[in-house]
Amino acid sequence: MGLMEKFHAFLDLLEHGSGRHWGVHPDDRKRPAADAPLRGLPLPGRLYVPLQQHIGAAARPIVLVGQKVLKGQLLAEAQGATSAAIHAPTSGTIAAIGEITAPHASGLPFAAITLAADGAERWIDSATAADDPFSLPPAEVAKRVAAAGVVGLGGATFPSALKLGLGLRAKIHTLILNGGECEPYLSCDDRLMRDYALEIVDGIRIMLHATGAQKALIGIEDNKPEAIATMTAAARAFAEIEVRPVPARYPMGSEKHLFSELTGQEVPADGRTTDLGALVHNVGTAWAVHEALRNGRPLVERIVTVNGGAIAFPGNIRVPVGALVGDVLAFAGLKESPARLVMGGPMMGSLLPHARVPVVKGTSGILALTAAEATMADPGPCIRCGSCARACPVGLLPLEMSARIAAGELNGAVAFGLKDCLACGCCAFVCPSRIPLVQYFNHAKGELAAQGRAQLRNEAARRLAAARAERIEREAKEKAEAAARRKAERAAQKAAEKVAAEAAAAAGAASEVES
Amino acid sequence: MNPEPLTLVPTGPLASPHAHGGGRVTWVMAKVMLALAPATLYGFWLYGWPAVHLWTITVACALLGEAFSLRLMQRRAMPVLLDGSAALTGWLLALSLPPWAPWWLGAAGGLFATVIAKQIFGGLGQNLFNPAMVARVALLISFPVPMTQWVGPLPLGSLGAPDFVQGLQITLGGIPDLDAVASASLLGYAKTELSRGVDLVAALGGAQAPALSFVGNRAGSLGETSALLIAAGGLALIFLRVISWHIPMAMLLGIALPALVAHAIDPARHMAASAHLLSGAALLGAFFIATDYVTSPNTRLGQMVFGAGCGLLTWVIRTWGGYPEGVAFAVLLMNALTPAIDHVVRPRIYGRDRRGRPQEPPEAKP
Amino acid sequence: MLAAILSLTVLGLTLGFGLGLAAKKFAVATDARLAEIEALMPGTNCGQCGYPGCPGAAAALAEGKAPATLCPPGGRALAQALAAKLGLNLDLSGVADEGPKIAAVAEEICIGCCRCLKECPTDAIVGAAKQIHSVMREACTGCAACVDRCPTGAITMDPVPATLQHWVWPKPAQGAPAWA
Repeated sequence: MGLMEKFHAFLDLLEHGSGRHWGVHPDDRKRPAADAPLRGLPLPGRLYVPLQQHIGAAARPIVLVGQKVLKGQLLAEAQGATSAAIHAPTSGTIAAIGEITAPHASGLPFAAITLAADGAERWIDSATAADDPFSLPPAEVAKRVAAAGVVGLGGATFPSALKLGLGLRAKIHTLILNGGECEPYLSCDDRLMRDYALEIVDGIRIMLHATGAQKALIGIEDNKPEAIATMTAAARAFAEIEVRPVPARYPMGSEKHLFSELTGQEVPADGRTTDLGALVHNVGTAWAVHEALRNGRPLVERIVTVNGGAIAFPGNIRVPVGALVGDVLAFAGLKESPARLVMGGPMMGSLLPHARVPVVKGTSGILALTAAEATMADPGPCIRCGSCARACPVGLLPLEMSARIAAGELNGAVAFGLKDCLACGCCAFVCPSRIPLVQYFNHAKGELAAQGRAQLRNEAARRLAAARAERIEREAKEKAEAAARRKAERAAQKAAEKVAAEAAAAAGAASEVES
Repeated sequence: MNPEPLTLVPTGPLASPHAHGGGRVTWVMAKVMLALAPATLYGFWLYGWPAVHLWTITVACALLGEAFSLRLMQRRAMPVLLDGSAALTGWLLALSLPPWAPWWLGAAGGLFATVIAKQIFGGLGQNLFNPAMVARVALLISFPVPMTQWVGPLPLGSLGAPDFVQGLQITLGGIPDLDAVASASLLGYAKTELSRGVDLVAALGGAQAPALSFVGNRAGSLGETSALLIAAGGLALIFLRVISWHIPMAMLLGIALPALVAHAIDPARHMAASAHLLSGAALLGAFFIATDYVTSPNTRLGQMVFGAGCGLLTWVIRTWGGYPEGVAFAVLLMNALTPAIDHVVRPRIYGRDRRGRPQEPPEAKP
Repeated sequence: MLAAILSLTVLGLTLGFGLGLAAKKFAVATDARLAEIEALMPGTNCGQCGYPGCPGAAAALAEGKAPATLCPPGGRALAQALAAKLGLNLDLSGVADEGPKIAAVAEEICIGCCRCLKECPTDAIVGAAKQIHSVMREACTGCAACVDRCPTGAITMDPVPATLQHWVWPKPAQGAPAWA
């Protein structure tokens, strides 16, 4: 360790004391919803299955309107490297391929297949159910996971098969299972771990096989003692799988932070956990992998937490992908009209414009929050108290970044580390002036991306304009050359004719002379 | 209830989070005021009605200045006044004035603090300098005589203490029999004696023992008297997590360490560290003035640099400066340095080193 | 007195010399600035500004003859970028900013005359004689040069539809807070 590093380590010690103090401790409000038994949503008459339920390109539909499909049948295939297949969540008839409002604050529509359920819930014959997935080569496991349309169920919805393949290439040694579920209100992973611990552990073993990792660590926040107990019991038979309780703190469920908590290492900026030999998956993903490999069943339903002060019967519900939020709310019951309808957790979830929005693979929760819970207040001026800087799990200065974005200096915000921002919401959660900091950062990130796109477009247009100028020039030149050639040809022809005429005349004269 | 036609027009931002920890600027200011209350009430008791009147006038004028500025900008004044920052500014200023000072001193100071030192900079959060200290320094430079006219303690109910009406007369019309009540603060006395060539051992003797200043029965401004109550209020703020310990600790150390060394070398010219800490506005400054969010750095490290600077400058000004007390000047000087400290000292970003470069990936451990 | 006058004079001369030197040494060549301005322009030479192509417009801007708001395809964003580059005060009131637009051919009116094809600076319109033309969305810069050339009025400028992928979060309300 050089002198400079020692000095910097000393500065870190002064700044943070022992250990980094990051994140916040919001009131978790997971109970009583977490303790309510799992329920199933009665099958709605129509399901609206979006084509984009994952990061990457939208899937390409391969069914026709009017076609009859079975539950689990492929509706749309993955298009491109980061994409995922979409399957029918129930049996029925394709009623339409159109658009529906996306679960997103913009309220913009996206493409979806409308499926009219026949109520029979008839599964497609599964040819890929494997009695012994461990006999399959790892690449085949990843292929089947991809075919089942499994994506990360923690919310990022990154195609899981791609991640498994990445792990195989990057020579990872540790699989980390994210059971942190640090978002308040949510308990879908908690419920899954309590009710399906054996299935999750089986999924983990399959994932260990698929990635070649030697051990698996299951990180569970210590506010879920029941889940820790059931998972520990389920994993007892397997020495390579270890349950590790972690302190409840938001955002413990962030991939990099859970990794740091479990290994004591920090993921380099611009890097991934795989660079350090670890691959992080959500516990729900392990369950989906189990379903895909053991039963040959694609990801067509998931557990969704329905919670919030406006819900009459909060709890966890098994919901088919494509069911409307309105259907789920009707089943759980509304006590009062919610002030905010949120998909996901309260810290990072999306505000929903209305309830005619489909549940997707990444939907962890549906929250109907009362005005008292959402505690929205008008923003005031920043008093530079620095609470946001101390809450930031990444070590950014949200107050400086937002001030620059407010002044339109996006590059100034980037210099303060905007690109390292997770949008976790800790800063806005603690801000006494109620400044919508995350919206500032979202705005700046979107604006920068738009600027980048505009620049690319600009460059493309410039190239096209140059190509056109060159083409026009070339055409003009070719025309001129052609004209010159024709002229020369004509001249040559004329000359030849002249010569011929002269020859003819001479011949005529000669014949005259002869005759 | 049928949720199908549910269409929401949400109040508040579109973006997450959809929950809040519950903190509010008003609560922060209220907690600071609450922490100041015991020392203030003790000061009221010690100096009687004139102090109460002066405090009322100063706070009222600070609020008036804020409201007036907002009116000029055609903004509604009431919501801004309710955040409590203007009242707190006036309060802190009142605590730093001589308790029997004339009314116009408090009025001018209160107006100056909010109009010139705060609103002209752009209001709450935009001022570079601590408004209360700007006002105090402006008053000290403009009106040095009334700003240094200290009176000895004359507790409420004691013989010769002014009643409500007499107090009003003193605040509005001046002190009738000045010589009878005039006294000097410890720091002022020490400076005067030193400038006369009397050494401190002889001048101070045992008369100003630290125990006395700890309770606060001595001449000074409202906020300078009871070190015990000020420190208790400050510790309560640290306990309530309104402020952190970094600035107060660094500032007190910044005063104490040089004082300790200097006193050990030459006790005849330098007061003891305990006298430095317990007299003047050292504690008030460390806990309540230097910790002002707006004008202090945001990182813990920066706060320690800032606090140490405040402390050191305070000691330097007290020792070699022209004024007996230096807290206000020291805090203002360090306020000017705050943007520079914030620029240099930044928290380390996750996955990066202190210079902001990505960390080298360590060798993967099996 | 004399010392004061002298020292001030010397100081003034030294500083003046220094400034003069700096102005020479660090002078920004106009060419460099011209290139920077040109890099900001759309580069399609559509001619809507009235100058001969984007280089002409950039030259006029650099000489201060044209306002920063001269480029209709660039819209508000370009005007702001130019004003920032040139250090100008910007009056955006004259700039209509309805967001980006691209051309679209109404297929039922198009007669396949090929006139618009020749006008397009990026060759974004495809078609042949007596065939219905269409606009390649990716290549169209929205310069609107083709609109007036169409004898049947089949070309319209349509706003680019907002999509989920390209949606940008609105900036939180600025200036005086909502409660003020």
